[in-house]
Amino acid sequence: MSMLNFMDYLSAHKLPTIWCPGCGNGIVLKAILNAFADLGLDRRKTVAVSGIGCWGWADDYIDVNAFHGTHGRALAFATGIKLANPELTVIVLMGDGDGATIGGNHLIHAARRNVDLTAVVVNNFNYGMTGGQYSGTTPAGSRTSTSPLGHAEDPFDLCALTAAAGAPYVARGSIRDGTAMRRLIRNGLSRRGFSFIEALSVCPTHFGRRNDTRTPFEMYQRLGDMTLPLETSASLSEEERRGKLLLGTFADKAPDDWTTRYKQAVRKGERS
Amino acid sequence: MTGHPVVFASGNEAIAEGALAAGARFYAGYPITPSSEIAEAAARRMPEVGGVYIQMEDELSSMAAIIGASAAGKKAFTATSGPGFSLMQENLGMAVMGEIPCVVVNVQRSGPSTGMATKPAQGDVMQARWGTHGDHGMIALAPSSVQDCYDLTIRAFSLAEKYRTPVVLLADAAIAKLRERAVFRAPSPGEIVERAMPTCQPEEFRPFAVDPEERAITPLPPFGGDYVLRITGSMHDERGGQNASPAIADKMIRHLTDKLEKNRADIVQIREYALEDAEYALFSFGCSARASRAAVKTARARGKRVGLLELTTLWPFPDDEVRSLLSRVKGAAVVEMNLGQVEREARRLNDFGVPVLGVHRVDGMLITPADILSCTEEAFS
Repeated sequence: MSMLNFMDYLSAHKLPTIWCPGCGNGIVLKAILNAFADLGLDRRKTVAVSGIGCWGWADDYIDVNAFHGTHGRALAFATGIKLANPELTVIVLMGDGDGATIGGNHLIHAARRNVDLTAVVVNNFNYGMTGGQYSGTTPAGSRTSTSPLGHAEDPFDLCALTAAAGAPYVARGSIRDGTAMRRLIRNGLSRRGFSFIEALSVCPTHFGRRNDTRTPFEMYQRLGDMTLPLETSASLSEEERRGKLLLGTFADKAPDDWTTRYKQAVRKGERS
Repeated sequence: MTGHPVVFASGNEAIAEGALAAGARFYAGYPITPSSEIAEAAARRMPEVGGVYIQMEDELSSMAAIIGASAAGKKAFTATSGPGFSLMQENLGMAVMGEIPCVVVNVQRSGPSTGMATKPAQGDVMQARWGTHGDHGMIALAPSSVQDCYDLTIRAFSLAEKYRTPVVLLADAAIAKLRERAVFRAPSPGEIVERAMPTCQPEEFRPFAVDPEERAITPLPPFGGDYVLRITGSMHDERGGQNASPAIADKMIRHLTDKLEKNRADIVQIREYALEDAEYALFSFGCSARASRAAVKTARARGKRVGLLELTTLWPFPDDEVRSLLSRVKGAAVVEMNLGQVEREARRLNDFGVPVLGVHRVDGMLITPADILSCTEEAFS
């Protein structure tokens, strides 16, 4: 562990953040900065790539290189950055709308392709910035500004999705435990290959207001009710696990990353 | 390229070799007819020069990946055709706004939509200029030979680096698939523009500083060096911090147009054929310029004083050159495989009441010299 702390990576002069009171983004941001500090990352060799949405503003508060691209395409920009200079540490910051809905195709291909990136998707179950519309992770039955009578679709389980697509490191944490989140993000950054960390979060302003959890306190409580630790879930019945999101590590393998395999293919080609 | 530089090659091959000669070391793309040979050549050749080829999941991500690679310091390009070029438009704007050099090859085919995938067209002239939303400048070059494919690709990279902008190489299926003699020459000294580095202290550096005269373009140091950089597609100040104040927005948007428009003299290239004594002028580009040249020869043999202005630079539009020619001829015709996209520009510049005719084909068949001669016979006499 290094002697640095999260303040060494925070653009403190930008505070306060644009985020609403009760928003979970600040907790994830601090977990990321703490993970950077834990690993002693060189800010000149680190790039935060973000998309569009509330969480897409996160790079503004991080004092490393930043690339704030178009909606849904952060992983594609990050892929180019990393392959052009494999020495860089590249963290990709996306929301559920950005990373898992408009950017869903890039997410599964990034998981399959295994470029050495760390993706942190903050899932607050709706599009916060545009006014609380439903996203690919909005739970069935939830009310949003575009599902006023209750949402008719089932959500993605993003960890199951990325693990199935081949991501070697997949984990889910929640803003109820910033310390665990810090550890998961640190793990993701330490692993070579594509790491996916879902950070379950809350949006009291839009999602909470329409779903009888108007205050941050109620939202945090509901987030607790929605989740179960992976370790304890095994002993529960299917009925008890229904509708719950599991917290923990779903994949932790170490296959060669894209750059390693590309170089291997080139070397092999040169010999033959 | 090893061996003799004189080759018999296709336009697509020449584009790939031109890119490598210009120093491109990153290609990301998605296969599409009639541009796929560029991807295949890049896949084969990039590893030989220490570069990277990656096939992305679509054209949106291909465009994004080359922008990312360029921000990390590699000269990067992609190649596509109509449907893919449509998908690239949003991120083309990202390269404009972030002022990130890159080259996008659009081998035009017949559209709209899937259209006729294997048939040539020149219908993306306006899309290249205005396809991404918002005000901005754009550079687009149009090759009319395999040699042009090589030379103009090199030029595209140099303009991209010099002006920190995406450059579109607006080829067409006829020229890209055509095989003919070309020289894959070593670029001359000074022809290749490498990315400049700032000289100030990192904390003083303003990556989006604007020279009001647009004479100097601020350098773009790559991610990973001493200059910690913020690049954003959102409106930003000179340090790259998000900022939507009216004064900054006004300055930045004007800059994105002016940095190219005010350097038109450096960017624009045209070719003149038999124009010295011409009474009638053809305007054309790309594959249609080849037929136009043949038509000029035949017309001259028949005693008509016809000449050709070939636009190898389509954007910024060669306003001065086109206006000057219109001022001294009795009639003009614009020869293009669309329904009048360049003709519209020529008419915009026609302050002289000169009759301007369009010679168009959009049936997937090339415009022939005979087409041009018969269309212009009455008007040019």
